[in-house]
Amino acid sequence: MLKYLLPLGLFVGLLILLGVGLTLNPREVPSPLIGKPAPQFTLPRLDDPQARFDSAQFQGKVSLFNVWASWCVACRQEHAFLMQLADQGVTIYGLDYKDTREAGLQWIERLGNPYQAVAFDAAGKVAIDWGVYGVPETFVIDKQGVIRYKHIGPITPRDWEEKLGPLVAYLEKQS
Amino acid sequence: MKTLIAALWLTLALPALAGIEVRQFTNPELESRYQNLIEQLRCLVCQNQSLADSNADLAEDLRSEVYTMLLAGKSDAEIVDFLVQRYGDFVLYKPPVKKTTALLWFGPFAALAVGGLLLWRIGRTRRPEAPTSLTPAERERLQQLLKDEEKSS
Repeated sequence: MLKYLLPLGLFVGLLILLGVGLTLNPREVPSPLIGKPAPQFTLPRLDDPQARFDSAQFQGKVSLFNVWASWCVACRQEHAFLMQLADQGVTIYGLDYKDTREAGLQWIERLGNPYQAVAFDAAGKVAIDWGVYGVPETFVIDKQGVIRYKHIGPITPRDWEEKLGPLVAYLEKQS
Repeated sequence: MKTLIAALWLTLALPALAGIEVRQFTNPELESRYQNLIEQLRCLVCQNQSLADSNADLAEDLRSEVYTMLLAGKSDAEIVDFLVQRYGDFVLYKPPVKKTTALLWFGPFAALAVGGLLLWRIGRTRRPEAPTSLTPAERERLQQLLKDEEKSS
């Protein structure tokens, strides 16, 4: 009996292994920054080169930190939903990644501004500190300024309902 | 004609060269360290390419990051660490041995061992039985049969 069951068992095992392999998304690289304080930085603000965006801003409230660019197609798709979230009172900060100031400002003007403030990272250096490897990417930051989650790709209403929304609600309740 | 063909070949090769910038090194040791580093670091955008091969924008930025750190006198380990802190072990083509990568490192050997064990067991059970010698009674009967055969033919 074992003689027949063993090969069958091995075959099923292999099938499961390959099946799991197929459903994994290799584009999602887990961030080593989760559970760590947000990387410190100071950048000029998109709307005013004289004003500074300081990472100390993340302290004291739960916020999203959304990395975007005007040349990024998926960001456009995401933008409308970010507007909705902002209307619901979610605090969103932006990082305009490897963009020109004019293009970034035009984008905000045309599509609306869901951000409390946008940092302007023309060289993409700060994004490297955050481990960004594609736009859009969104970090969930808690009241202590600690990164709790990283979402890769545009946030869809479903992502919000299933993952980000509940996490933000949970973090809001914490002191 | 030969020059023309050579020129054509070069044109074909141009797109491949387009994304990779040339870096100036005054020190050949630094240059070989640079080459070595960007070959063992993985590009996160085109994941099956190293930083050395990739034309992606991010790969270019990371190469320049590696370059400036080398010029600033950082050690190879410090540079690799810098990238791992930001992008995780994924950025390394050769990930370190630890709990989460144990399956990756030892899985193939385990599979090989299991396979070998199975082959060995199958080989043992299927080995043909050693020929056993006939009992005296059987031998006598055989002789008798052979004799009968001779007679009848």
